[in-house]
Amino acid sequence: MDVSWYIVLSAMIFCIGLAGVISRRNPLVVLLSLELLLNAGNLALIAFSRMWGNADGQIFALIVMVVAACEVVVGLGLIVAMYRNRIPIDVDEMSELHG
Amino acid sequence: MQVLEAICFFIAAIFALGGAAGVVLLRNPFFSVLALVMHLLALAALFLLLHAQFLAASQIIVYAGAVMVLYVFVAAYVGGVEEPMSPSGPLLTLGPLFAGALFIELVLAALGTGLSAIDSEGAKVGPGFGDPAQFGELLLKRFLIPFEAASYLLLIAAVGAVVLARRRRGLEHLDAEHQRELGLSARPEGDGPPSLIAPGAQS
Repeated sequence: MDVSWYIVLSAMIFCIGLAGVISRRNPLVVLLSLELLLNAGNLALIAFSRMWGNADGQIFALIVMVVAACEVVVGLGLIVAMYRNRIPIDVDEMSELHG
Repeated sequence: MQVLEAICFFIAAIFALGGAAGVVLLRNPFFSVLALVMHLLALAALFLLLHAQFLAASQIIVYAGAVMVLYVFVAAYVGGVEEPMSPSGPLLTLGPLFAGALFIELVLAALGTGLSAIDSEGAKVGPGFGDPAQFGELLLKRFLIPFEAASYLLLIAAVGAVVLARRRRGLEHLDAEHQRELGLSARPEGDGPPSLIAPGAQS
């Protein structure tokens, strides 16, 4: 398979995730869509790494996975804090930072 | 061999796209999480096709395993809040439009690129490409500092999540004396969670 197929697939996944981030209002689904964005980036990185025959891109992809895990943990902590403070689970309600 | 690879690619691509569409389109967040699990498994298959064996394994174990379990826990804890797809929001029409425009632009950029190797299989790689031995050598020699920074990032994220999600009202079960020492009773009233201790009981 040509590398360009993987790049186009990665672009499609990225755009689906972008539409989700913009149009969904549940923060859990927004986080899931962010995962889609990061995974599309990972796929492109690995495809280019394969194209060059150089494994550095795979290391980048691993670091992206680490960053994604951190983002998930903090984001889910925020959602749990919203639930505990009885804020409705909606991104529009989180318009201000207030301890 | 070539045909087999193409078949595997298209099956995995269909599952990946279907999972991605499911994440965005399904109303119930619980089903969105399950769709993302399918998407991640399909992506792991694509990684295998690209000779990234170690990443495919860690994608399944770390992502589809650990991270998704966290998502399922939170989805179950918060409850399946069925989100009304508010038709009034302008973002609901603007979002897909913007995404479509970006997709066209990305495809134009990818296919019109000057990279000549993009229409080929890629460079010839040996059998050890992307296996754990090569990963370990790169991580501990060439990318040592990013590796250590990533470990600190994970530690900070874990501590931050505990701080964010801790039970704030739990401290109020301590006696008021202890709270005053800690300076916690001086919380401003208002948007915060309601105090379990009546104001008169603390004085």
